[in-house]
Amino acid sequence: MTVFYIVIQQIVNGLILGSFYSLIALGYSMVYGIIKLLNFAHGDIYMVGAFVGYGALGIFGSVLGVGWLGIAVALLISMFLVGLLGMLVHRLAYQPLINKQAPRMSLLITAVGVSFTLFNGVMVLTNGEYKTFSTSLGYEGISLGLVNITYTQIIMVVATAILMLALYWFINRTMYGKAMRAIALDQDACRLMGINVTKTISLTFFVGSALAAAAGVMAGVYYGSIQFYMGFVIGLKAFTAAVIGGIGSIPGAMIGGLVLGLLETAGTQLPFIGSAWKDVFSFGILILLLVFKPTGIFGKSEIERM
Amino acid sequence: MSENALVLRNLETYYGKIHALKGVSLEVPRGKIVTLLGSNGAGKSTTLKTISGLIQASSGTIEFYGKNISREKAHNIVSMGLIHVPEGRRIFKDLTVKENLELGGFTLKDEALRRKGIEHVFEVFPRLKDRQRQSGGTLSGGEQQMLAIGRAMMTEPKLLLLDEPSMGLAPLIVQDIMRIIKQLNDEGTTILLVEQNAKIALKLADYGYVLETGELVMEGDSAKLREDERIIKAYLGE
Repeated sequence: MTVFYIVIQQIVNGLILGSFYSLIALGYSMVYGIIKLLNFAHGDIYMVGAFVGYGALGIFGSVLGVGWLGIAVALLISMFLVGLLGMLVHRLAYQPLINKQAPRMSLLITAVGVSFTLFNGVMVLTNGEYKTFSTSLGYEGISLGLVNITYTQIIMVVATAILMLALYWFINRTMYGKAMRAIALDQDACRLMGINVTKTISLTFFVGSALAAAAGVMAGVYYGSIQFYMGFVIGLKAFTAAVIGGIGSIPGAMIGGLVLGLLETAGTQLPFIGSAWKDVFSFGILILLLVFKPTGIFGKSEIERM
Repeated sequence: MSENALVLRNLETYYGKIHALKGVSLEVPRGKIVTLLGSNGAGKSTTLKTISGLIQASSGTIEFYGKNISREKAHNIVSMGLIHVPEGRRIFKDLTVKENLELGGFTLKDEALRRKGIEHVFEVFPRLKDRQRQSGGTLSGGEQQMLAIGRAMMTEPKLLLLDEPSMGLAPLIVQDIMRIIKQLNDEGTTILLVEQNAKIALKLADYGYVLETGELVMEGDSAKLREDERIIKAYLGE
């Protein structure tokens, strides 16, 4: 019986972790789908999102309190501002290269450069210190036998689900969403439909960055502290999640994130494999998956060189 | 004097280092069908791409109803009412037929206009209506061409550039497509038609130009070109 409870508890934990991965993986996958760029700065966008949320909570928390209302407002502010930051990065760093039809390798190196810029920028601004996200959220929740689920966890999963549904609606039901999917298929044909391709790519960066910022704020609230290097490993993990799902695929990024989150928490519980080995476990699964299905769960086979 | 929908003056275009268009000048009178003939690599598609703004001309002017559009971006040219149906149809294969049409109406102001446009396209191409939920990639070649033309009809263009609409299609389907093109023209759409199939193009068009390695070498009324020995020898192939 105890094993059963442990499994359930770990599934809950895995879903939370997976939610963060999914939200970040979406931005990776959308940008890759549309301009074939592995945006390595995306993990740092998530980190900036956490800091902007922290700042916003500091300012508005005194008025709105540091409960759910204050956090929700901080989350929305962070999503909006970091969305704009994503657009700025696209306009300043990537679009000039796209205009010159630079090789994809140059774009990739630029992304690494943007990553370092954000990373070091925040390091200097925060003196490299940890910041504590002080909220008034407690540890209350529901207990089912030995399984404890806090309200915070429930709300995180619900919030992630809402963001994903909103994204799904946007991509499938609005003209700009359809334009995004079309640009991923054929940019010149889009121009001939009267679609401003540059503007639509910019919008993609806004949406992807806003989702990463949401994950950043939620991670800050959930784990309680943030620091300038928090985006590095999670960026790689989210990239992994995007690849598991099939990079370029939106449902793939959602599912890939959850799968990776579940694998990772499962890895911590396996006998003889301690939590120190969890990354080895999840990346091992990734390698196996790629051997048998190189295009990921939802990926289409296409020949790509990077 | 009929008004010109499109006037090209001394259009020069480079594709990298290749001098693809060497001073092309032509006129498309409003309400007419004009065809641009030529063999593979003559620069027909380049001409259309330069007009629609996919490629920038290095010199010369493109006048669309008297307005110089040679420096305009492709997406702005679309909202002026000039639509280019590219070679190879270029439909969005992973999107549904309906979504393809909706994107054809991307520049329309609202959903109601888009719905009206789609209904109109379905009247002209009932087959697309049956397949509206299917993804574009599952359509046959002829249906894809219908979709490509339908997509262009969404905004009721003032000038339609058609690049090789007959390419790769069975003769019966080609007839179908040509009938639709004629119908669009009868409804008031001016058309610049690029074709390798000179026979059908000259049957449909009022006037024709012949392009060879980036230069216009001949022009005239379609009836006259059909009789011309050089045309017969080079393009009508007896």
